[in-house]
Amino acid sequence: MRTEHQSLIFELSKPGRVGYSIPDLDVPEVNVESIIPSDYLRTEDAELPEVSELQIVRHYTALSNRNHGVDSGFYPLGSCTMKYNPKINEDVARFPGFSHIHPLQDEETVQGALEMMYRLQTSLAEITGMDEVTLQPAAGAHGEWTGLMMIRAYHEANGDFNRTKVIVPDSAHGTNPASATVAGFESITVKSDERGLVDLEDLKRVVDQDVAALMLTNPNTLGLFEEHILEMAKIVHEAGGKLYYDGANANAILGFARPGDMGFDVVHLNLHKTFTGPHGGGGPGSGPVGVKADLIPFLPKPVLVKEDDVYKFEYNRPQSIGRVKPFYGNFGINVRAFTYIMTMGPDGLKQVSENAVLNANYMMRRLEPHFDLPFTQHCKHEFVLSGRRQKKLGVRTLDIAKRLLDFGYHPPTIYFPLSVEEAIMIEPTETESKETLDEFIEKMIQISKEAEVTPELVQEAPHTTVVKRLDEATAARKPILKFAKQV
Amino acid sequence: MTFRYLPMTDQDKKEMLETIGIETTEELFQDIPENVRFKGRLQIEEALSEPALIKEMSRLAAMNKNTKEYASFLGAGVYDHYTSSIVNHMLLRSEFYTAYTPYQPEISQGELQAIFEYQTMICELTGMDVANSSMYDGGTSLAEAGLLSAAQTRRKKIVVSKSVHPESREVLKTYAKGQHLEVIEVEVENGTTSLNGLRSVVNEETACVIVQYPNFFGQIEPLKEIEEIIHENKGMFVVSSNPLALGALTPPGKFGADIVVGDAQPFGIAQGFGGPHCGYFAVTNKLMRKVPGRLVGQTVDEDGKRGFVLTLQAREQHIRRDKATSNICSNQALNALAASIAMTALGKKGVKEVAHQNIQKAHYAKKVVEEKGLSVAFTGPFFNEFVIELKCPAKEVNQKLLECGIIGGYDLGLSYPELKNHMLLAVTEMRTKMEIDQLANVLEGLTCVQNISH
Repeated sequence: MRTEHQSLIFELSKPGRVGYSIPDLDVPEVNVESIIPSDYLRTEDAELPEVSELQIVRHYTALSNRNHGVDSGFYPLGSCTMKYNPKINEDVARFPGFSHIHPLQDEETVQGALEMMYRLQTSLAEITGMDEVTLQPAAGAHGEWTGLMMIRAYHEANGDFNRTKVIVPDSAHGTNPASATVAGFESITVKSDERGLVDLEDLKRVVDQDVAALMLTNPNTLGLFEEHILEMAKIVHEAGGKLYYDGANANAILGFARPGDMGFDVVHLNLHKTFTGPHGGGGPGSGPVGVKADLIPFLPKPVLVKEDDVYKFEYNRPQSIGRVKPFYGNFGINVRAFTYIMTMGPDGLKQVSENAVLNANYMMRRLEPHFDLPFTQHCKHEFVLSGRRQKKLGVRTLDIAKRLLDFGYHPPTIYFPLSVEEAIMIEPTETESKETLDEFIEKMIQISKEAEVTPELVQEAPHTTVVKRLDEATAARKPILKFAKQV
Repeated sequence: MTFRYLPMTDQDKKEMLETIGIETTEELFQDIPENVRFKGRLQIEEALSEPALIKEMSRLAAMNKNTKEYASFLGAGVYDHYTSSIVNHMLLRSEFYTAYTPYQPEISQGELQAIFEYQTMICELTGMDVANSSMYDGGTSLAEAGLLSAAQTRRKKIVVSKSVHPESREVLKTYAKGQHLEVIEVEVENGTTSLNGLRSVVNEETACVIVQYPNFFGQIEPLKEIEEIIHENKGMFVVSSNPLALGALTPPGKFGADIVVGDAQPFGIAQGFGGPHCGYFAVTNKLMRKVPGRLVGQTVDEDGKRGFVLTLQAREQHIRRDKATSNICSNQALNALAASIAMTALGKKGVKEVAHQNIQKAHYAKKVVEEKGLSVAFTGPFFNEFVIELKCPAKEVNQKLLECGIIGGYDLGLSYPELKNHMLLAVTEMRTKMEIDQLANVLEGLTCVQNISH
């Protein structure tokens, strides 16, 4: 495996080489200058690389060897649910009947695609306890914004134009306040208590007639279930606000609890997390949104409906917030998620959450003697350690993360949630074996010992990766964002 | 039933419970209050074995008429293009597709470098200084360009041509509502943006003008004149562009565009019923620190070795939270990789050749349908799409075409009432002369010569 140095594809380029094959033009050629004005005809070629097919294959193979995925090794990245991405999903999504259909074909010619979507949205509604689901949002953050826009439309339909605030806990994902801003709201932070849960008194303090919604992840980003969810729902609902469920952590509760039963009015799911659509190096995702009945009129259009065993899109939705995406969502990811749900069924999905939660608690208890554990109750699918003990020895959480790279692991999420000092957020998922967990735990214990005995070994890590720590400060100060040919 | 993705054995479970110091897993769920605990069994379909599931999904897939079996003249923003076999093979390197966002650069150099190369190629094609690592799709990318323009100019009015993709305009309007921005649409004249119409609405309150190039009807917009109108008023010039067309057409950057957006779907990304595709977002240097989404930058490691990192992250939601330039987190990284591989395979020569074949084939198609007595709606220069007027409703025509093995064009009456019985036809390099002739023949007499599906 060649991992030492990888040229940029542009550096491999040589005039005259090609990596493609299309048929010769089979229609009579006309002089292009006679049909397109010369001002609009490109005079300088786009400097794309000139390389042969094998060169391309070697290039990307070499790049893949310089990358770590779930298939390469354990990936306990908290809040990201890096579970196994089933191969059957990839095969099914590539069936020509799914991959080679055009979104604007007549509906009669794509009934199979529509049936799949309908069955998926119906399943997701049941899993979340909501009344209807749209598959249109492309990712979690997109779903958040979609949900907030619907909440806004709901309030405005009630003649209520003064709800300018969205409440988010201090442990919330960054997308929550960012989505609130894009939807035109101001975000207000509610504090957590000493047990890591939303502080009910503080919630009462910030909730008033200006509140449009409370956004909540449950279990929250500390991996803890918000036990007072019904009281919270009551506080928000009595003030006329709505409850928004960020589904990033849904992997903890499948078949055990449903947001719809907890009082949530709007829910998004991350199909690329809980439902195995792969993460793809950062996307594409899929962020379906489920709503309770009173919000159905505001769903993005078109809405997929079934009438007399025929599936069709309904466009006449006068109260809809409009489109949030061209066409019907990230269909290819939705195919994968549906394939997964059909693989697991009701019992399998419940088993998923049970095992995910058991794995997390097992790891937490085994690591507890070696790292600070700010919140000691049982966790759900993930837990947060603090590296403050190691920090006193001069070893930062970042160093611990980098040391894990030497052992072939992707590190946990670090420095998040912001409310925990030197946070290390671990989410094992249900698809990892006990042996894998044990090996990782041993390495974590080893690192905690190294921090005491040979701290420089940790501070200078990683030692075995293709590059060492990179100079991020210079990258941001003097940005080089594309290749420039040396002249 | 046991599940192949779940490795936990009864013995494992027993040992783990012992370590935790509890008897049953139920105890781990005691923090879920009794009255919200779900006690039933989820009413979803029962699990299927792998072979049974393949069979069921094959059944659903087989119900869809696909463009591998039918000759498609349907475009309107999503196209049937040549894709080298290597694209799929490289995408299936699972180190790419099972990875998360490259926040740990030491073990993500492959992804980071590939995206750096993608950013470079998008800049080359669009003639811009900076391209981000991807957006969800062309439509949301366009909407974000509108938001960026409004933030940058501190103006509240977005002017958009009606020759921009109707669904992208709808998305723009939804985004604008959240930000209390006004969207003003400009009429179309002979298939391109009315310059008089544009002059009459653009003023010192205009944040930006958004046009599409080639536009929704395939026509080439007069970017030179449009640029003058918006820049005289110190607003931003936003161009949404099919990046493949830029293999042959002058890049928007040359015409002074401030932001160029679009969808990289024509490069190696399946039509996939509309998604996932890959929005791109490119700007001038001046706007570098305002760009939404992730950016990959080049740097060095402690030994001075070249490497790549996510950079300028102070713009992003995970750092800046409610003050971020956008809420985007997940993007379309894997599809940016697909586009990157496809652009690499085409290379300098191929992107030009394919773009020119599109022009040639579309113009041949226009000629033959005109010879068959159909009228073509607009007279301006175009890329690979053009509009024809039909003698009967587009839906009927498409049904007839389908019987002859052809997926017909887009029924423009669906989004432009004034273009009832008009059809938008796309002719890519994938269409053969025989298929084009068949299309013209069917359109002429609406009589089927032979079924050419396979």
